[in-house]
Amino acid sequence: MKVVEEEKVPETVAVQKTMETMINQDKATLIFATSFGYFDPHMLRIAEKYPKVRFAHGGGMWTEGKHPRNAGSYFGYIDGGQYVSGVIAGHMSKSKRLGFVAAKPIPQVLRNINAFTMGARSVDPSITTRVIFTGDWSMPVKEAEATNSLIDQGVNVVNCHVDGPKVVIETAEKRGIMSCGYHASQAALAPKGYLTGAEWDWATPYGMLVEAARSGKPHLNFLRGGLKEGFVKMSAWGAAASPKARQAGDAALASMKKGDSIFKGPLKDNKGGTVIPAGTTLEMTNVELEKMNYLVEGVLGSIPS
Amino acid sequence: MGSTPDAVVSARRTPPPSEAVLRWVVPLGSIAAGLLAFGAFVLAIGHDPTEVYSTIYEGGFATAFAWNNTLLRAAPLILAGLAVAIPAQAGLVVIGGEGALALGALCASAAAVPLLPTLGAGALLAGALAGMAGGAAWFALVGVLRAHRGLNETITSLLLSYIAIAVFNHTVEGPLRDPSSLNKPSTLPLPPQSMLGAIPGLDVHWGLAIGVLACAVAQLALSRGTGGFALRVAGGNPRAALLVGLPVGALIVVGCALGGAAAGLAGAIEVIAVHGAASASVLAGYGTLGILVAFMARQQPLAIVPVAILMGGISAAGSLLQRRLELPDATTMVLQGLLFVAILAGEALLPRARR
Repeated sequence: MKVVEEEKVPETVAVQKTMETMINQDKATLIFATSFGYFDPHMLRIAEKYPKVRFAHGGGMWTEGKHPRNAGSYFGYIDGGQYVSGVIAGHMSKSKRLGFVAAKPIPQVLRNINAFTMGARSVDPSITTRVIFTGDWSMPVKEAEATNSLIDQGVNVVNCHVDGPKVVIETAEKRGIMSCGYHASQAALAPKGYLTGAEWDWATPYGMLVEAARSGKPHLNFLRGGLKEGFVKMSAWGAAASPKARQAGDAALASMKKGDSIFKGPLKDNKGGTVIPAGTTLEMTNVELEKMNYLVEGVLGSIPS
Repeated sequence: MGSTPDAVVSARRTPPPSEAVLRWVVPLGSIAAGLLAFGAFVLAIGHDPTEVYSTIYEGGFATAFAWNNTLLRAAPLILAGLAVAIPAQAGLVVIGGEGALALGALCASAAAVPLLPTLGAGALLAGALAGMAGGAAWFALVGVLRAHRGLNETITSLLLSYIAIAVFNHTVEGPLRDPSSLNKPSTLPLPPQSMLGAIPGLDVHWGLAIGVLACAVAQLALSRGTGGFALRVAGGNPRAALLVGLPVGALIVVGCALGGAAAGLAGAIEVIAVHGAASASVLAGYGTLGILVAFMARQQPLAIVPVAILMGGISAAGSLLQRRLELPDATTMVLQGLLFVAILAGEALLPRARR
């Protein structure tokens, strides 16, 4: 098996041409497209044109009957991991104020902010999370400003969802507060204050997709998973986490690995409206959650519109 | 002016470089020099230059597939280059094309989608016109600030571009957001079958032909039209232009607006032919690459077409360079940059009067 790759392809027709060169010139039979904008229309169009090639997109919403069968999307529910981070942060925060630096108010980001907040409030319902949206995926200067501003407001654990958490984590460490990481482990950047973090484990879904292609099994069109399925993992508990916090983290992680959902009614948004009625539980894999457009109770901030 | 009649006579006696030399030898020589410098760079990072050259040729120009790839990437660069070249005739260096392109895309989407049920294919025309109007209005602002307030157009266009992009992002993620565009905020999309199609026999949308046509019209207007002539006089010597009664201020505003219309059209075509909706994906840096294209074409509208094709070919070849030779993505930018510097240096060698 041979892997060819191309980086920094802009989300334009260049995507289609890159895929076609991979198919025509490199004889690729399975293509991974890993930026949101590659899915619609680019990957879908090329998938229709090359029905024998398999296409897998990270994060898109492949829909039965609407999209070609040789295309598909995979993604991880990392909010389970954010919930566990929230439990540990909730135990560690003396000021009861958490901070979250977020890129854009899209469903995947909102799920993370909400899950983190819900994890912390499961420890102490008086905890709040202050959120700042920077407006884009990679804005190092704004991310540093946002982190500093959160710390100035009394936040003592900060978390984030931006492309590169480095700036947020390092700023937190420099200012002497604790942090939770994202995407991969940032423990090395903040040896003192790093509590834990929600990490991707892409080897799991990629392995499944490659195995299906190799053995000629049908393409996995809609592949999702979280902590339970091994798509997501936690950073090892950091030095700053107290024994009590670690214990609670272990328990929360065990519950997530069993497949428990955190989205149980009654759940209120931060404007007082009910978003999940009492008696309803949405499984972590429920696609309804991929349309999330609210911040839960306890989040201080609003979705810009 | 200060020369004696003798000097004038002797100047006439030394034959000036012929038109052909100026038009072809200097630019082509510059391109060759740029390619050679790139070869040295490739050698320095431990690769075989001939292999890199042949890969660029293979990826950009060797087959019908490569040509389609190249032309598709060249299409938006033609109009983006024209957006710089038209104001340049009036002596202006306007570099905020990305902002005008963003507003063009936004206006096109806002106009075309609601009009589609009533106008059908006419909605695409409405979208294109709305995009041109949006871009033109934005650049006209640059022209007005220059003509009436003396503000440097390079700086204002750059700063206004940031504002335009912020307006674009705000509108796409807010008021005009399609509620079903979940993790990639976009405006309401045009259905694929209603979008601008491909040129028959090619895998490239009609935007390419529109760009070439726009360049031809611009070239004709500049070389034959009185308006184009007035624009060039205003650019060459504004004081003289005022003395002969030309409305220099108005010419500056119109020149800017026409450039903005070209950028806006580029954005509109991205929406009606490529993406179907306005989203952050539309802002792929064409407006910025257009500056490079226009300068390499020495601000001559018709020359923009081959330069854009050259740039498109280099980006198309970038795929193969990365995958076959495992060169980093930035390699193509190094080549584009070296060509740019070589062409500007070549221009500096030209006799003064011919520049």
